[in-house]
Amino acid sequence: MTDTALESGALTRSLTVTVNGTGRSAEVENRLLLVHFLRETLGLTGTHVGCDTTSCGACTVLLDGVPVKSCTVLAVGVEGREITTVEGLAGAGGLSPVQEGFHQEHGLQCGFCTPGMMLASTALLAENPDPSEEEIRWALSGNICRCTGYQNIVKAVQYAAAKMKEAS
Amino acid sequence: MYPASFEYYAPASVEEAIALLERYGDEAKLLAGGQSLIPLMKLRFASPRALVDLNRIEGLDAIGEDDGHLAIGALVRHKDCERSEALRGRYGVLGDAAPQISDPIVRNLGTVAGSLAHADPQGDWGSALLAAGAHVEAVGPGGTRTIELDELFHGPFTTSLEPTEVVTSVRVPDPGPRAGGTYLKLERKVGDFATVGVAVHVSLDNGTVRRAGIALTAVGPRNLRARTAEEALAGATLDDDTIREAAELAAEAAQPRSDQRGSADYKRNVVRVFTERGLRKAAETAQAA
Repeated sequence: MTDTALESGALTRSLTVTVNGTGRSAEVENRLLLVHFLRETLGLTGTHVGCDTTSCGACTVLLDGVPVKSCTVLAVGVEGREITTVEGLAGAGGLSPVQEGFHQEHGLQCGFCTPGMMLASTALLAENPDPSEEEIRWALSGNICRCTGYQNIVKAVQYAAAKMKEAS
Repeated sequence: MYPASFEYYAPASVEEAIALLERYGDEAKLLAGGQSLIPLMKLRFASPRALVDLNRIEGLDAIGEDDGHLAIGALVRHKDCERSEALRGRYGVLGDAAPQISDPIVRNLGTVAGSLAHADPQGDWGSALLAAGAHVEAVGPGGTRTIELDELFHGPFTTSLEPTEVVTSVRVPDPGPRAGGTYLKLERKVGDFATVGVAVHVSLDNGTVRRAGIALTAVGPRNLRARTAEEALAGATLDDDTIREAAELAAEAAQPRSDQRGSADYKRNVVRVFTERGLRKAAETAQAA
């Protein structure tokens, strides 16, 4: 049996993950959700809790580059893996192309859905650098903007795609 | 919302997982993608004493041909199916169902096998895989057993799996080269459960139907097979009259209930229309192969 399988009865566990490029460790309850680990244990409040029922996508983060809804992932389940939150998008050179796109194209109104939107968009462009409008809408269909600002969100992603093309 | 406390285990093998299930019995739950289980735990509809996380077990994440079957491992995600070339053409019922499940982000984690074990009557995979004639392989303390999907689903959220069994693979028999199918789903918006879903899967032999599978989502206490429609198609030529008759029979097999997504009559009518459309598309793919 592995060591984990022998830890009978424990309700907490030590967790080590990489968040935005930095190794982080903490003793956490098994039942702690990833979103609460990020917000409360690490103080990274850029990841929002929206619906809390896997519907809205406000809590979207990247798990090894893949967007997931962090309200529906256990913190202990991501041991050893890499998480990217909105705090990790900007580089030394300033805003990422996606962040710049949301800024330039007014891709946010109240801003609540924005971190999730930007992470889902970042994952889309990493995989498909030149998406059609339909592909953008499809990729973001798990993220809800309750201000209904979708037109400008799509434009923001198109801006980012163009910017990344220019830079490459 | 927070789940109730639980013990957490991440075994490295199926054998270890089974040993844990033997220890905890029905007080344990298996975690694969977690996209149904974690919401249930947050709502406290499920409060397992122990959670056995399968995600550290290697070798369960492949889709591949195996001994006349398409084998889908227990950790294959909906997204893997959406992208897999293997799930097009004669396995089109599966390839067409995958991108209609929930939303793109949930599909990154949710698994095919987990969806079957969850046995939600509104689940899309249950119908797609019933139509395709699939079975699961379940491993328990006594070894491996094959469970036909029809025998797996008992009712809403209940299956014939023992508390000590792990579904390791979903297996779909190769329908032969001249086969086709599709999955049609009516949903109010992306991410919603089906108002109605219809899965159709047909294989042909010299121009006549060798086997037809038709299964219905969200119109009964479990994913339903429209057996009378399947039987009416067997041996027949897929002409307009046959297709229309089968669609009527499928509509009769549905057991819809009126709810906020639509009236029972409306849903039954959607079953008829979707079966007809599905059979036309399946015939087209099978005949073109």
